[in-house]
Amino acid sequence: MNPIEKNGLNVLPEKQEYTAKDFSSDADVRWCPGCGDYSILAQVQRTLPRIDRRKEDYTFISGIGCSSRFPYYMDCFGLHSIHGRATTFATGLKVTRPDLSVWVATGDGDGLSIGGNHMMHILRRNINCNILLFNNQIYGLTKGQYSPTSEVGKKTKSTPFGSIDTPVNPVRFALGCGASYVARTIDRDAKHQQRIYEDAYYHKGASFIEIYQNCNIFNDGTFGHLTERDVKADNLLVLEHGKPMIFGKESDKGIRLNGLKMEGASLADVPEADLLVHDESSPELAHALSIMHVQPGLPTPIGVIYREERETYDDLANEQVEAAKQKFGEGDLEKLLNEGEMWVVS
Amino acid sequence: MSTQREVLNDVVIRFAGDSGDGMQLVGGQFTLTAALVGNDLATLPDFPAEIRAPAGTTYGVSAFQLHFSSNDIHTPGDAPDVLVAMNPAALITNLIHLKPGGTIIINEDTFDKKHLELAGYASNPLDGDSLSGYNVIHLRLTTGTLKAVEGLGLSNKEAGRCKNFYTLGLLYWMYNRPMEPTLEWIAEKFKARQEFAEANAKALKAGYNLGETVEVFNARYEVGPAKLPPGKYRNITGNQATALGMVAATQRTGLKGFLGTYPITPASDILHYLSRYKNFGLLTFQAEDEIAAIGAAIGAAYGGALAFTTTAGPGIALKSEAIGLGVMTELPVVVCNIQRAGPSTGMPTKTEQSDLLQAFYGRNGEAPVPVVAPQTPGDCFWMLLEAARIATKYMVPVFFLSDGYLGNGAEPWMIPSVSDLPDMKVEFYTDPKHFHPYSRNEHEARPWAIPGTPGLEHRVGGLEKQHGSGGVSYDPENHEKMTRIRARKVAGIANDIPELEVYGDEEGEFLVLGWGSTYGAIRVAVDRMRAKGFNVSQAHLRYLNPMPKNTGHVLRRFKQVAIPELNTGQLAKLIRSEHLLDVVSWSKVQGLPFTAGELEELIEGILTNKNTTPESVRELSTTKVE
Repeated sequence: MNPIEKNGLNVLPEKQEYTAKDFSSDADVRWCPGCGDYSILAQVQRTLPRIDRRKEDYTFISGIGCSSRFPYYMDCFGLHSIHGRATTFATGLKVTRPDLSVWVATGDGDGLSIGGNHMMHILRRNINCNILLFNNQIYGLTKGQYSPTSEVGKKTKSTPFGSIDTPVNPVRFALGCGASYVARTIDRDAKHQQRIYEDAYYHKGASFIEIYQNCNIFNDGTFGHLTERDVKADNLLVLEHGKPMIFGKESDKGIRLNGLKMEGASLADVPEADLLVHDESSPELAHALSIMHVQPGLPTPIGVIYREERETYDDLANEQVEAAKQKFGEGDLEKLLNEGEMWVVS
Repeated sequence: MSTQREVLNDVVIRFAGDSGDGMQLVGGQFTLTAALVGNDLATLPDFPAEIRAPAGTTYGVSAFQLHFSSNDIHTPGDAPDVLVAMNPAALITNLIHLKPGGTIIINEDTFDKKHLELAGYASNPLDGDSLSGYNVIHLRLTTGTLKAVEGLGLSNKEAGRCKNFYTLGLLYWMYNRPMEPTLEWIAEKFKARQEFAEANAKALKAGYNLGETVEVFNARYEVGPAKLPPGKYRNITGNQATALGMVAATQRTGLKGFLGTYPITPASDILHYLSRYKNFGLLTFQAEDEIAAIGAAIGAAYGGALAFTTTAGPGIALKSEAIGLGVMTELPVVVCNIQRAGPSTGMPTKTEQSDLLQAFYGRNGEAPVPVVAPQTPGDCFWMLLEAARIATKYMVPVFFLSDGYLGNGAEPWMIPSVSDLPDMKVEFYTDPKHFHPYSRNEHEARPWAIPGTPGLEHRVGGLEKQHGSGGVSYDPENHEKMTRIRARKVAGIANDIPELEVYGDEEGEFLVLGWGSTYGAIRVAVDRMRAKGFNVSQAHLRYLNPMPKNTGHVLRRFKQVAIPELNTGQLAKLIRSEHLLDVVSWSKVQGLPFTAGELEELIEGILTNKNTTPESVRELSTTKVE
């Protein structure tokens, strides 16, 4: 976008129509060919032009790892920070600059291992930003060690006899931290990603998006059951608010509740009215959905799992400042310095 | 018996009692009154580490030392003239500080079997002659207090708690102080609880009257007003001054202020003060940990805020990586380290200067940062302004090294007028036509181009940057060039700071070089030596990285240079390596400040070839390892 001259100043035209290309920086993208990250980048670049917001307002902040190269490829403001701490920089930026649209690009290692603590706190504070958590269940940039989301028994360079620690479930973690928006999407579904990114943008608060992302070098095909044409329909449940939970190649299967447990059911045996209907505002349902994919026979849900309207920390912090100005008047430094007991030496 | 009046130049009083005895409060009241009668003064609280240690134990003792004078003074005093001991534990832990022949005012009511045992006394010190070297005045302070507030409907416990004001009244009588300021304070403080207001006021007056009637005092003392430079004064602690400096810096730069911090002793008070100043547009953020605290600060700086983070040594250790990011992204952030005794958790409530080399070198890679250090509690205000000025002008994280002694210590502070404060207006970069994120101005600073500015979209981060364009670069030549530019930028600040001044003779026999909180003790020691006719001078570094341009020149004008530090010779190491001068290093690491007496003895020892070293101090040379 070229600036134009106006009143002697270089400014951009008032109203901008952007295309995906406008959000593409001139840096060469250096992810491995075939990496799922390419699709995530492309979908974010395609989503932003649909939003009525000036490009200079977008700031992407990342930590360390493959996913954290993301800001370099967006022609926006970007801060490639330190390992695990992207959420802390995002917090300081958003609290002082509520006028910006702040995005965090992070991974399963960056966001849930070294940065797990900060992830917890940005979610519970509900800082108004969008968190893209690229989950490939492996350490890519350090060349192939297991990650905190790798399945038990995973054989990697650092676990030749299989990993022995129980993985963290990102969606369940986010819900446990009190996240106000939790969604899941997948690198191979371009349309679904775009829908989620746009929706997350409009959510006021910390939007947590787990993105299943294939690492074709160190963990190829780990989400194959969710992406390969012949099997994915039987394994994926695409959530839609207010709609019954139906999946399967022929849309012939559904989810119903049996006591407190979810179970799969054939629509041949069960009327649609008996199926569970997705309700994004239900924390109970959200928790059930968060553990759905680890239960045998149940599909993996994608879409908005939970959504809640709640005050954001950044709003409240700035409201306190305004309230203090109302109550005590705009700060007067002279008065502040001359506070308390004083005496004069002549 | 009639009491005579004696005029004194200066007096040091130490109030010591149980944590619940209100010693900090009466210390503060005595301070205020001393200030109002025009004394110069310096104070230092000595808190226990425990919040509510069991009553009567030695680790529950809380003390407050106050030095007031008709002269210009620089320290809270070496050894107290008067020790107020509210219980046996306070006596046993504080007697070591008292001057030989000093006065001890003892609350006899607490010297019972239970309290003596709690303090570890095998027998009652009031009975034997272990205190014969002192002027011991033992009074039934609790009994007297209970009697004074009788009939006000207070419970026994509530009535007993007025004994601090009863004791304060007695001290006011001894030093001929007006009671009005404290009476006014009591009326205001307890306006919601009239019975407490009345009881405390009665206790104060009864204590004063006790002095008149008890006939155990030989003399009452007068300490006249000091000749301070004309101006309006208030009493201020270092941490208070630091917080005020932050407010002033945001106003003078015209930026939004942001403090990202995590509670840690002895820095937390800065957050407490600053969080009350929200009407100045300042945001304070109590983060989830030290790393998040500086992360948020740098994030705020990236967005154009004047960002601060406050902590102590252990917090700096955690922030190191982020400070390195600040160096690489060239963003301004003021990092305040209120130093305490280390390593590791060390002694959190005790002072030390042992994080100097951490500030200089405690990061991975070549990561130079400017370092400034206030020298008195009031100077914290001025050096904080300097830290903010340097950070924003040079686009770099700046270290501000205070310590527990400065942070909690207090002194009269001449209140500046806002119009006398430096103008530090900051302008963000806005011109998209010629924008290169890592281009440089005449100070080697890169442009501060904040998100939201049309046409300036760009990326910064921890990876090495191409000179000029700011693109990621692994080019060998470029890395070396950028490393040298970052170093040169910091070194160049030497052209923008005042020269090192010498107190005393400009050249000669002996120079005592210091930095930070040792300023007062060095000044007193140097003054005493000069009064004895010795050729001794003082120079004090408030800017440590870079040091003033004339530092080497100043040092070489003296035959001998000694550096007293509350560490094992960190500034000495820097001076030796920078200036190839074999300075004498005096080292003390006990969690306590230097006393002027110690330094006087050290200087005199060298100058008279007696080479006496006080037990508390180690002398370190390049060849001797202790």
